[in-house]
Amino acid sequence: MTPLLDVRHLVKEFPGRGGWFRKREVVRAVDDVSFSIGAGETFGLVGESGSGKTTTGRCVLRLIEPTSGEVVFKDLDVLALGAREMRQTRRHLQIVFQDPYSSLNPRMRAGDIVREPLAIHRIGTRDEQAARVRRLFELVGLDPTDLSKYPHEFSGGQRQRIGIARALALEPSLVICDEPVSALDVSVQAQVVNLLLDLQQRLGLTYLFIAHDLRLVRQICDRVAVMYRGRLVEVAAAERVFTAPVHAYTKALLSAIPHLKPGQKLERIPFDAAGFQALPLREVDAGHWAAV
Amino acid sequence: MFRLADGREAAAVDDVSFDIRAGETLGLVGESGSGKSVTALSIIRLVLPPGRVAGGRIELDGRNLLDLDEPAMRQVRGRRIGFVFQEPMVALDPVYTIGYQIEETLAVHGLARGAAAKVRAIELLDAVRVPDPARRAREYPHQLSGGLRQRAMIAIALAAGPTLLIADEPTTALDVTVQAEILDLLRDMRRQFSLSVLLITHDLGVIATMADRVAVMYAGRIVEQAPVDQLFAAPAHPYTRGLMASIPGAQPGKRLTAIAGSVPAIGQVGRGCAFAPRCPDRFEPCGDRAPEITAVAAGHDVRCFLNEPALRPAGRGRA
Repeated sequence: MTPLLDVRHLVKEFPGRGGWFRKREVVRAVDDVSFSIGAGETFGLVGESGSGKTTTGRCVLRLIEPTSGEVVFKDLDVLALGAREMRQTRRHLQIVFQDPYSSLNPRMRAGDIVREPLAIHRIGTRDEQAARVRRLFELVGLDPTDLSKYPHEFSGGQRQRIGIARALALEPSLVICDEPVSALDVSVQAQVVNLLLDLQQRLGLTYLFIAHDLRLVRQICDRVAVMYRGRLVEVAAAERVFTAPVHAYTKALLSAIPHLKPGQKLERIPFDAAGFQALPLREVDAGHWAAV
Repeated sequence: MFRLADGREAAAVDDVSFDIRAGETLGLVGESGSGKSVTALSIIRLVLPPGRVAGGRIELDGRNLLDLDEPAMRQVRGRRIGFVFQEPMVALDPVYTIGYQIEETLAVHGLARGAAAKVRAIELLDAVRVPDPARRAREYPHQLSGGLRQRAMIAIALAAGPTLLIADEPTTALDVTVQAEILDLLRDMRRQFSLSVLLITHDLGVIATMADRVAVMYAGRIVEQAPVDQLFAAPAHPYTRGLMASIPGAQPGKRLTAIAGSVPAIGQVGRGCAFAPRCPDRFEPCGDRAPEITAVAAGHDVRCFLNEPALRPAGRGRA
């Protein structure tokens, strides 16, 4: 399988605490992260807040410039591209953000929000763009009569549909979904997840799905990578990760998910955070990698 | 009641009745806008104008809290009812140390002052398993991790020895491993301090591990109330069933079972059942009038016409 996206030894450092007399420390938010995603695959990236999963996603798109490493998309060395080439490449790499309340421009009408990427990339005439926007609205289950409404006139789930329509406007092949449903009501989450699954089937999309909801990741991802303190600690087929985890952190993380059986105590597996060692991934079983 | 933009008043919480027995944990489940937080704020009379509690009774140990004046109510808050909010960073005062905020609670209720309050504050931080409590007591909220902040807030809530603890989404902002620790802590505190708990959450997983009984809220009303195992084994309201079905993880690789539509805003509920527009089981009377509470089993109440056999169409009803 030739991967659609290949991330190799990705590192992102941020300046940390420091002062006038003390050497400024460096925080490695992403520390030697490598993974690849096949075309049509849904690849889950899970971890707790501060694990570096969102930074990883943004480095792939160069919304944040990585410190070092390689990002290869199709045959393109993404990190070597100049500004103009990068803009061209972004057509194929899109992102759906977590918060549909803050990621949409409140002063733009919904139709213009979805049309903007087409305008930036000068795709089609104004009429063609308008027709495309209507089709995108229908594709994501929005009513085209709402094109001239503003974001605040939509519910959270509808707003996330606008964000998805905008991400799909340029017909990308890879969509980075960064916690796409975690800001939504429980009863609405399932609708948006189903929409993402339908769109994947119809359009042959590949997803990098960043999430902290482990149940959701189990439900929809083909493969899953578990991230801890900037490092991948385990990568395997989703069912393997959930039924036969190898890394101590993965085990601890999974054991903390509240079950749905009243009266049963949660048998938690503790994790020794102080004893955590940054080890390289090795293949413990066919296709199952763990940093042990 | 809240005033809408057009001047009408609308009920955020409508005809909600429940009781919490001594030592019991009642889980209040609902989505945003369901009225669960307004219910909690009404109990401690912190609904801010233009909102108001338009009617009803709130009894604590036989006393109607709605009859109390503000000074008497201040004695109830903290002393009789402790409160833990979702966002400790918002609920804690950023300009005072954690220790000072506990000492203040003790002083307000005349329980301890000065050096004695300082010692008690450290004891409380130790009780909620804050490591190195003497040092942490001198720190400010921003110096603590999310989990430690939530522990500090629980320490403040318990400082004056309340009998009822209201916890509003206490773990929603936390990571799953920290959530598990805080839930463990709440369980321990519940036993140690003989607390009754009103636990407000949207997470049925949290409910399953914490609650004795559950009330499910939708659009300002309790639509189902039952002992926790009964609710999970035989949910009777279509909304409860929908919520449970929409939890992911049960069938990897499959689409999720979604509830169509979205939660109605305050004031947008018609005269029928508020869930009717989204309900897969709706039939004749659902759009016209709101169903009354009916008991389907001992201690298991539901507001749904499906549970009124006289109305239910043939072949429909409880699954």
